[in-house]
Amino acid sequence: MTELVIIGGGPAGMSAAVAAYDAGVRDILILERDDSLGGILQQCIHNGFGLHRFGEELTGPEYAWRYEQQVHERGIAYKTGTMVLEVSPDKVITATNPTDGIFQIQAKAIVLAMGCRERAKGALNIAGTRPAGIFSAGTAQKFVNMKGYMPGKNVVILGSGDIGLIMARRMTLEGASVKAVCELMPYSGGLARNIEQCLNDFNIPLKLSHTVVEIHGKTRVTGVTIAKVDENRKPIESTKEYIECDTLLLSVGLIPENELTEGAGICLDRVTSGALVDQDRQTQIDGVFACGNVLHVHDLVDFVSEEAEIAGQAAAQYIADGLDTDMDAVLHTDGKIRYTVPQRITKAKDTNVYFRVADVYKNAKITVLKDGEVLLTKKKMRLAPGEMESLKLTAAQLAGAKEIKFGLEVL
Amino acid sequence: MYDVAIIGAGVVGAMCARTLAKYDVRVCLIEKENDVATGATRANSAIVHAGFDAKEGSLKAKFNVRGSEMMEQVCRELGVKYKNNGSLVIGFNAEDRQTLEELLARGNANGVKGLYIAEKEELEKLEPNLSDTVECALVAPTGAIVCPYELTIAAVGNAMDNGADLERNFEVSAIEKTENGYRIFAGEKAIEARFVINAAGLYSDKIAKMIGDDSFDVHPRKGEYILMDKACGSMLKNTIFRTPSKMGKGILVSPTVDGNLLAGPTSVDMEDKENTATSAEGFDKIIKEACENVKEMPFRRTITSFCGLRAVGSTGDFIIKAENGFVTLGGIESPGLTSAPAIGVYATELLAEQGLELKEKADYNPIREAMHHFREASMEEKNEIIKKDKSYGKIVCRCEGVTEGEILAAIRQNPKALDLDGVKRRTRAQMGRCQGGFCSPYIVELLAREHGMAYEQVTKSGRDSYINVGKTKEV
Ligand SMILES: Cc1cc2nc3c(=O)[nH]c(=O)nc-3n(C[C@H](O)[C@H](O)[C@H](O)COP(=O)(O)OP(=O)(O)OC[C@H]3O[C@@H](n4cnc5c(N)ncnc54)[C@H](O)[C@@H]3O)c2cc1C
Repeated sequence: MTELVIIGGGPAGMSAAVAAYDAGVRDILILERDDSLGGILQQCIHNGFGLHRFGEELTGPEYAWRYEQQVHERGIAYKTGTMVLEVSPDKVITATNPTDGIFQIQAKAIVLAMGCRERAKGALNIAGTRPAGIFSAGTAQKFVNMKGYMPGKNVVILGSGDIGLIMARRMTLEGASVKAVCELMPYSGGLARNIEQCLNDFNIPLKLSHTVVEIHGKTRVTGVTIAKVDENRKPIESTKEYIECDTLLLSVGLIPENELTEGAGICLDRVTSGALVDQDRQTQIDGVFACGNVLHVHDLVDFVSEEAEIAGQAAAQYIADGLDTDMDAVLHTDGKIRYTVPQRITKAKDTNVYFRVADVYKNAKITVLKDGEVLLTKKKMRLAPGEMESLKLTAAQLAGAKEIKFGLEVL
Repeated sequence: MYDVAIIGAGVVGAMCARTLAKYDVRVCLIEKENDVATGATRANSAIVHAGFDAKEGSLKAKFNVRGSEMMEQVCRELGVKYKNNGSLVIGFNAEDRQTLEELLARGNANGVKGLYIAEKEELEKLEPNLSDTVECALVAPTGAIVCPYELTIAAVGNAMDNGADLERNFEVSAIEKTENGYRIFAGEKAIEARFVINAAGLYSDKIAKMIGDDSFDVHPRKGEYILMDKACGSMLKNTIFRTPSKMGKGILVSPTVDGNLLAGPTSVDMEDKENTATSAEGFDKIIKEACENVKEMPFRRTITSFCGLRAVGSTGDFIIKAENGFVTLGGIESPGLTSAPAIGVYATELLAEQGLELKEKADYNPIREAMHHFREASMEEKNEIIKKDKSYGKIVCRCEGVTEGEILAAIRQNPKALDLDGVKRRTRAQMGRCQGGFCSPYIVELLAREHGMAYEQVTKSGRDSYINVGKTKEV
């Protein structure tokens, strides 16, 4: 029996471990499939991490290192090179690594912190051939930043997610020519600051409402055909344009990796593709918590750490004397707001509710209703799907609620 | 000097090689690509057809029924997956029913066992996810599924383990008759053999012309597919065909032996034998028809799409003949996969008639250890294996749960995987939801290390399909 097992040694897993330790848990084990701690941050060598947390601009590895040190200082146990194969509903974890072979651990509490993966090309059904030279942006990032190799010279990027934007800059800096970034939607899914610093600063065109309709080349990509799309996102024949390139990078979305979660029988939110959780980030199964990108995709690691601390502290309390509940309210959204995390409140305490909007809205008002009564409103100059928002609800505001509804109105 | 050279390492050439490897003959399997199973054998419906489709008396009918009877044992010996899941040909109306009656009669004449027509009530129990508009179906209990490239890789591996050679990246460009056989050229390179089997698929006509036989042509007809996540395969047990019509056989939906769900193929005549591009129209057709066959098709869980080219012969049947020590296996389109084991045996008989002496090898071993033995082992067995070889404790492909040990085995065993696609076809690594996003950089590293190549020399599928174009800042 291990008191707390944390699955995933990225920023979420490490922050949760540190927080649980500081709240009194000593028997902690982090399981990480990679050969070192740090998760995806290891390959994010650009800066911009930690502004909120540390008031500094750190690179990904630097940010990860701060947490890794805290793990070391506390003597928290971890196993790297260890892949978790299964989590059972009664909290038995099956994992494998070269030294221990396949082994099982009964945990008292579990924090799920497995992160997310990129959506692959297959899911897009792009017509044409399937030559070498098509990569997800994160894979290209790994080749360039971790291995020191260039996956291509002349690049088109489909999708303007943050990794795609970051890679547009990185490939350019490493000597490649990025011909265009095509985005299906009329707005970018990435952070405004990344569009500025990664595209505009390098004169890389961002083609909104554009998609790749065909891939050409037999052995290696020789070009792509792109087209503008109409309001139904259907390509407009007359706008087809051929771009010569040897590489197509895809940055078309991130998906929380919840195969283990689903295997344990935990319900997922259809919008976030992460578990349904309460204010403590506890899932449907008592003592199983989720945080970080496995719960919902964050744009900034600072908020991952914050969320992981909530989960880690709650896990500690669960282990010590159980979590108490005094209410059961469901959080709803109106469609313009796509989702909230948490999706449930089981205890009236101060809670930051995170949410994302479905479209770009200017000059909008967010209204929170408690059982039909207006609890609070907040005006926002600009809201975009690429930028996560949050609102703080206090213990007093939450107390006794049955249903809390987040809505948005354009003024 | 070889006794037999086989041109083409698709499933047909592979089955010929494996059958011949039983005997004391020197065999060389010649392939233009960097791996085996890259032609029609890479991308098809993967169905072991029961045999009610082909006209009575045709070569297709004969080899289909024989091949389908042989397939289970061949798969067992080669340690590859085989699933006797059964096939249904669904009918929506009276006209379809009449066609199904004809297929039933034809199947009976071809010697297919257990065929009958089932009605709606029975079908609802048999296959609850069939569309509500289905009226009746021809049930073919002997229908089965395999993994065509797994079968081919295993057959070539088994032939090699029994002494056969594999010559890759050898694109036959000319053939010369010699005094006691043939000299086969790929540019400057040459291989000599007393007998030749032409199993070059789409290019079997081109190879035939090299020895002056221009009696047939082969043209490509493309078939596009959409493959869905492993979570979806259990929606169906049987392979679901539509009733064939003047418009062709239409779109089928089938589980695969690996648990995915497959929908396709389209059917479009082409000019270019190299064009395996998928099309937007193709996707539309697949989605439309599949949704007519089956309720709630999970196309949102698509993981990839691909296209294969049928080698359509100009005679309408398989073209199988032997003359002057040269065996032609031309126009082997569907049901070529099913027929391959039987064609392999027949080609060997033809060679014997042509004068090849067949003496059985004393040490012939028909068994090949399953490529998926680790995956299927119990936890205790796995731990025994990991104790001996730690690399089996390390998962490289997380989506499909493939270990480093399995990948290294694929890189080291006959026929060795030389590129990323080769590893994929042998181990399923990179074949899951993320399509190699996480693991391909590491697999590139393993390939480079094992084959003593530079990192940037590693390809996706041979030739100039390089994964990386050079070092950073140097391109
Ligand atoms: C869309 C589609 C669906 C199908 N569905 C089914 C099915 O469900 N069931 C079934 O039984 N059958 C099916 N088939 C048919 C089956 O796939 C083929 O009959 C079978 O794979 C043919 O194998 P092959 O070895 O003859 O050809 P291939 O696999 O094409 O192999 C020929 C090989 O020859 C090599 N070659 C060619 N020219 C040269 C040269 N000059 N020098 C050296 N090497 C050369 C090629 O590179 C290739 O590897 C389908 C086919 C297609 C395309």
